[in-house]
Amino acid sequence: MTGIVDFLIVLLLLTNLRILGSSRIPACISAVALQGVLLAVILVSLSSEPLWGGTAAFALLLLAVKGVVLPWLLRRAMRDASVTREVEPFVDFSTLLLLGGGLMGLSFLIARPLQVSAPPSTEKGLLPSAFFTLLTGLLVIITRRKALTQVLGYLTMENGVYLFGVSQAIREPLLIELGILLDVMAAVFVMGIVLFQINREFDHIDTDRLSVLKE
Amino acid sequence: MGAILAFAAAGTVAWSGRPMVIPIPWAIPFGSLSFGVDRLSAFFLFPIAMVGGLGAVYAGGYLRRSSGVQAPRFFWFFYSIFFAFLLLVVTARNGLLFLMAWEGRSLASFFLVMVEHREPTVRSAGWTYLIAAHLGTACLLALFILLGDRNPTQDFEGFGVSGREGIRSLLFLLALIGFGVKAGMVPWHVWLPEAHPAAPSPVSAVMSGVMIKTGIYGLLRIMMFLGEPTLWPAWWGWTLVGLGALSGVGGVLLALAQKDLKRLLAYSSVENIGVISLGLGLWLCGVRVGNPAMAALGLWGALLHVWNHAVFKSLLFMSAGAVAHATGTRSLDRLGGLIHGMPFTSLAFFAGSVSLCGLPPFNGFISELLLYGSALAGILQPEGLRRIPVLAVGALGLMGGLALACFATAFGIGFLGQARSEEAAQAHEVSFLIAVPMGVAAVVCLGIGLMSPLAVAFTSFAAFDLMPILPGVIRVGGWEIPALFQRILVANVALCVMLVVLMAARRILLLHRRVEESSTWDCGYAAPTARMQYTASSFIWDILAMARVLRPRVKECRPLGLFPRSARLGTEEQDIFQRLFYNRLWRGIERCSDRLRRLQEGRNQIYVLYLALTVLALLLWKLGFSQ
Repeated sequence: MTGIVDFLIVLLLLTNLRILGSSRIPACISAVALQGVLLAVILVSLSSEPLWGGTAAFALLLLAVKGVVLPWLLRRAMRDASVTREVEPFVDFSTLLLLGGGLMGLSFLIARPLQVSAPPSTEKGLLPSAFFTLLTGLLVIITRRKALTQVLGYLTMENGVYLFGVSQAIREPLLIELGILLDVMAAVFVMGIVLFQINREFDHIDTDRLSVLKE
Repeated sequence: MGAILAFAAAGTVAWSGRPMVIPIPWAIPFGSLSFGVDRLSAFFLFPIAMVGGLGAVYAGGYLRRSSGVQAPRFFWFFYSIFFAFLLLVVTARNGLLFLMAWEGRSLASFFLVMVEHREPTVRSAGWTYLIAAHLGTACLLALFILLGDRNPTQDFEGFGVSGREGIRSLLFLLALIGFGVKAGMVPWHVWLPEAHPAAPSPVSAVMSGVMIKTGIYGLLRIMMFLGEPTLWPAWWGWTLVGLGALSGVGGVLLALAQKDLKRLLAYSSVENIGVISLGLGLWLCGVRVGNPAMAALGLWGALLHVWNHAVFKSLLFMSAGAVAHATGTRSLDRLGGLIHGMPFTSLAFFAGSVSLCGLPPFNGFISELLLYGSALAGILQPEGLRRIPVLAVGALGLMGGLALACFATAFGIGFLGQARSEEAAQAHEVSFLIAVPMGVAAVVCLGIGLMSPLAVAFTSFAAFDLMPILPGVIRVGGWEIPALFQRILVANVALCVMLVVLMAARRILLLHRRVEESSTWDCGYAAPTARMQYTASSFIWDILAMARVLRPRVKECRPLGLFPRSARLGTEEQDIFQRLFYNRLWRGIERCSDRLRRLQEGRNQIYVLYLALTVLALLLWKLGFSQ
């Protein structure tokens, strides 16, 4: 089992780097969708007992929401706003990838002491990758200009939070996760609507040009 | 409406009367909301209940015809809350409850100050007050967190620090600043002369009379938790004496220069807080050097002065309010001759002034005598810390003299002589509801003065918990204390009798003669005008000329030549601390905040960056290097 989980975790880390390093928005959306699928698979492969109905249902739900519904929503928003590329981010992509590598190291450093207090059955790679996903999301939010990519960053960050929850409370994650899922759904809906409206009003979705409202 | 107001007043008084019957220790634990009245609380409950009740009655009369207060219901709402929280502050037995009551009290009084919010000066005064109150509370918050960190319930019973001296000194400093702001000690007093004149008179009576005393109460309460009194470091005492002397002399000098009657009274409150903290400082010094007479007399004097000041200052504020009510002005330069139109109010103001100046047979005399006794006991001791009481005696003497000058001005200019304006000439006597509380307060002033042995006995009862060493008989320079006060009692009664006899004799002697009345200060002219009198500025000029430190702004045009045509003299006083210290401080803060404004960039990304950096730093700090 461990081998599979490790493999999945490495895949997850790679999707993070993909999100960081890609300028094309459809590719980013696919990466985030892949992350959702990976999360669902990790959840299933971690439950050591014979698959319990609840966990299976939850994994399916996760797959549906994160792997299908949200990407579909985002693709539609992208089409509506007719944006496909993130041009000129605040930090260029190669630097971003380097930063991402640094953050990965940092995540392993941070996660080491927490490994001690986590439940003994926890996989070794789970905690650092959770941190790394979270930090990647933050980094994306910070460095991108388009509102759409910021939504992507938010989703990535949320995936990290979810992974953290899985690693800490493997027994009863359902209740918490359902709550988070609902939250994300609502947030993405709101953001989609706002995006659409901003685009119709201003003909662009560059957030840095909305800074007149700061006072 | 009048009936409702009267009912509210009566209800408040009836309610306030209740705690008076339980001066013995008792406590009702109620979860974390525990109340209790111990000796110290009971001592402070008396003036709060009395002044609060009197203020309510007074407000009943004051609001009825007042034009300034637009919303009586608003006023009553916050007055009741204010009063309830005041009572709660001294009865709370739990740190959290205490802080809540403290904060609620500050907020309620802020709204009371803002009652006449249509005037811009009132608004700025209210904001000053609110800021000062919150700065004080910030200190208190830190204080209670430090006090209760080993004590999960925050109950007073579990408090008590026996740790290192550094911690205790830190706590003492926090308490001094936090409660000193509320009490109005000198470096932190600037809110007081703004807020008191701005508030309606019944509110200023309660604020000045008892609210600032809760600062003293808090300080004493915290002192109870700071370990064994004999281990307190000596500099606590010095600090309190120094602050007291500074507050006292500074307060009275600034009071001298005021021409607004209520502002003058507010500065005089600063002075009296100085007297009280001087007494507390003497107590600390006395405890430190093991001189029981000095310690006991200092503490008793301070506590008794708390009572006295509560009574006479509320009396003075109530009379000032009556004057403002009757004439529509508070400026001394527009008053004068009020004794003809408002004899009762003048008498009340006179009684208050005499008490404040510490003249027998009124109550101020007793407490100041106790303080002098304490300082004297300190001077007479063979060795150790003798310079402190000498300083205290000097400061006390200076304060007494200057207070006398100050109130001679206030009474002489405001109430004697001729009316300086149309309004003052047409002043009318106050209504019954206003007169009653003033009368009661004046009688209490005289009563405490005459019943001094009783008052001192009750003070020593209240101070019992704070006195580590209590000898059977306290003597100062050959006088035993109870015997001394019995003699004073006799002397006071004799003085009163003598006064009555003299007045009766004057009446009898003049019975069958023709008495001619003429106006004061007519200088022998046949047709004098009111402008020939001393004004407040000119009356006080000689003293102010000595006090150059305060840098009064003088507009002076001396008479020149043999037949001078015109001359004028005007003084204007802005608080020196306000001018030299606080204004600069605020400007500095403003500059720093302007610099901080660059942080507010307007970009989402930057804000998230701040968040992310903070989270990363915290994570690294907590987890990264913990091996």
